[in-house]
Amino acid sequence: MPHKTFFWFILPTGLAMILFIGLPIVSSFFQSLHIETEQILMEVENCDPFGCKTNVRVDVEATEKLRQENPLGRFNGFGTYTDRNHLAFDEIGEAWNTSSSMIEFKDIVLNLPFYKALLFTLTFCFAVTPPVIILGFIVALSVNTLSKIIKGFIVFGTILPMIVTPLIGSLVLFWMIDSQGIIGASIQILFDDPNLSLKASSNLTWITLIIYGIWHNTPFAFVVFYAALQTVPQDPIEAAYIDGASRYQRVRYIVIPHLYPVATFIMLICLMDNFRVFEPIIGFSAEGVAQSLSWMIYQDLRNENKMLFGSAGATSMLTIIGIAFLLTPVLIRTWKEFRTER
Amino acid sequence: MKKLIIALLISFASTSVFAGSHSPCGVTSGSINILANEFTTYRIFMDEVKSCAGPDADFNVTHSVDHNKLQVAALSANPAEFSAKLVTNGSITPLMNDGLIRPLDDLVAKYGSNLNDNQKITIDGKIYAVAFMANAQHLWYRESILNDLGIAVPSTYEEVIAAAEKIKAAGVMENPYAGAFKSGWNLGQEFVNMYLGHGGEFFKSGSAQPNVNNEKGVAALNVIKKLTELSNPDFLTQDTNAVKEEWESGNVALMHVWNSGAASLLDDEGDQNIKADTRLAPSPTVGGGNKPATTLWWDGIAIATNTSDENAEASFRALVGAASSTDLANNNPNATVWLIKGYTPGDTAGPVVDAASRGTTPYPSFPHMSLMHGALSTELVEFLQGNESAEKALADVEAAYIAKATEQGFL
Repeated sequence: MPHKTFFWFILPTGLAMILFIGLPIVSSFFQSLHIETEQILMEVENCDPFGCKTNVRVDVEATEKLRQENPLGRFNGFGTYTDRNHLAFDEIGEAWNTSSSMIEFKDIVLNLPFYKALLFTLTFCFAVTPPVIILGFIVALSVNTLSKIIKGFIVFGTILPMIVTPLIGSLVLFWMIDSQGIIGASIQILFDDPNLSLKASSNLTWITLIIYGIWHNTPFAFVVFYAALQTVPQDPIEAAYIDGASRYQRVRYIVIPHLYPVATFIMLICLMDNFRVFEPIIGFSAEGVAQSLSWMIYQDLRNENKMLFGSAGATSMLTIIGIAFLLTPVLIRTWKEFRTER
Repeated sequence: MKKLIIALLISFASTSVFAGSHSPCGVTSGSINILANEFTTYRIFMDEVKSCAGPDADFNVTHSVDHNKLQVAALSANPAEFSAKLVTNGSITPLMNDGLIRPLDDLVAKYGSNLNDNQKITIDGKIYAVAFMANAQHLWYRESILNDLGIAVPSTYEEVIAAAEKIKAAGVMENPYAGAFKSGWNLGQEFVNMYLGHGGEFFKSGSAQPNVNNEKGVAALNVIKKLTELSNPDFLTQDTNAVKEEWESGNVALMHVWNSGAASLLDDEGDQNIKADTRLAPSPTVGGGNKPATTLWWDGIAIATNTSDENAEASFRALVGAASSTDLANNNPNATVWLIKGYTPGDTAGPVVDAASRGTTPYPSFPHMSLMHGALSTELVEFLQGNESAEKALADVEAAYIAKATEQGFL
């Protein structure tokens, strides 16, 4: 395609991307460099049904005046990025100097909110993505061999977990794993332990969330693999069949190489999707033991008090950098494949 | 003609009784859109607000347990998403910090002639809210279970723990205690109660510097830990409404929840045997302190700054009509402790009155308290799961608070 044609072809998409993706990112970045203006406090007398007493309150007028002068807030540079709730440079430096062993150092670091969230996010990503790809592939192969009459129903049933809204799906499961729910009660009987609760221990909660993630994401892999399976050329398969190749050999040496680029694509999308894991944490009320980066942003924006825009902006930037790191190997691989094909 | 004149005279006479004031109910212009917490007493209150607004009013109410998290964003918009908000002494401060609720003096003068003086919440000489009920968390117990085991009604947390251990040891219940320990606001509130019960102060005096990592904080956490060990293992996922369900299922013999819970716990739904066996007791003291380990709350009405005067007036009229309705209070005497004029307290008001008379601290109304509460909400979980020491958890609370308070401009 000549460059000029390509330019006109990509222009509308490019503009939309700058408008709806580029500018918001730039704006979040600027916000993340600022913190709120100083709150001016004053002493006042408050009276309520329990009596009168002197208390402090924010001097709204004076604070508002400061805010008018600096609508973005006070410039803080990368201060928010390095504070305790994000990269926590000071705390890590101190931990490095004071801790006597690597294990102690690791414990201190993983107790910091950002690293705690990062650990869960990465664990979730890498525990969910491979099973999703393998399961999706197996399900697609199985469904592909079904007779036409029941195929439609089975395909519909298989993609149901993806159709269900994540929050609803996780809430349904949350009640099922309750100690009085069908799954929770069955597990208690199975392990003969009346105190066993999937919600109580952090390890079991993590496992529950990961299983939920696999359940929710597999249909996506299935759909893509299933569509790709329809494009597998029949001639080599028939030839292999005549040559006496078993079903396993046909899948291993013909189908899988054909689907390889598709698997890379699914991995890319799954990693991105799982890196921003959020809804199941809310649905399973797992905030206490499992926090993800997206959950941190949510927490900043829905704090008990005011929205912490700077903090949320900083976490968003760090999330974008995280996704970029995560995807680089996959993108390099895709690029190489693209080059060799040409 | 004569009859008409008499009728006019009578109606004139009756209006002159309310000289200088207007009847609040029967709103015909402006729209009313209220944001409120979700529990039974608020539903009862809102029914009255709706009937006061009248059939012609444009009336909407949104009940949400997440009201605290929604309020600032919703009222910051101009025009605001809601014209009015039901607030408490806890949730009013973030709104005051940003000037999101308006002074009500002129509206109170016009429509508030039936209000008690102590209903008017004044800050710096201006009325910013009108309270209609008082609330506090206190102890609830199952009388027959305590009697069967010969346990006296506990008056300290040490006795609560001993009683719960005895019930568990007797094999009556697996998890005899319950409290709202859900990670988040509820868990933070349990610490607030217990820390104040130990005589703690959240901030170094005269500053916004945190002050929870001390002996009192550790002692408070250790009591909470003991209580959670006697609770359902899912305690970190149970909020007040979930605890009430546990109670109604008969799984719990002792719990520390809101007085307003009486509205749903003592209604005609659910197991009537459990209801007949449910008793209310004052909130226990802890660690040898003399104040109950709980906080006093008022719930009231506030009107958004960023709404039109017409909507503000409409909303205030409907709300203040309910907040001064003696019928509402006396038809539902056990729904809560009403602050409304002419209210005769019901059987369930005792524990709140007791808490007030024993000098219980109202929930702290510092502008930065909600940041402290937020830090407590998330940083105490690991201690309760046994992964962290109490000192470490409290150090984390202070560090998390400092980071947030710095960003908000308090430090």
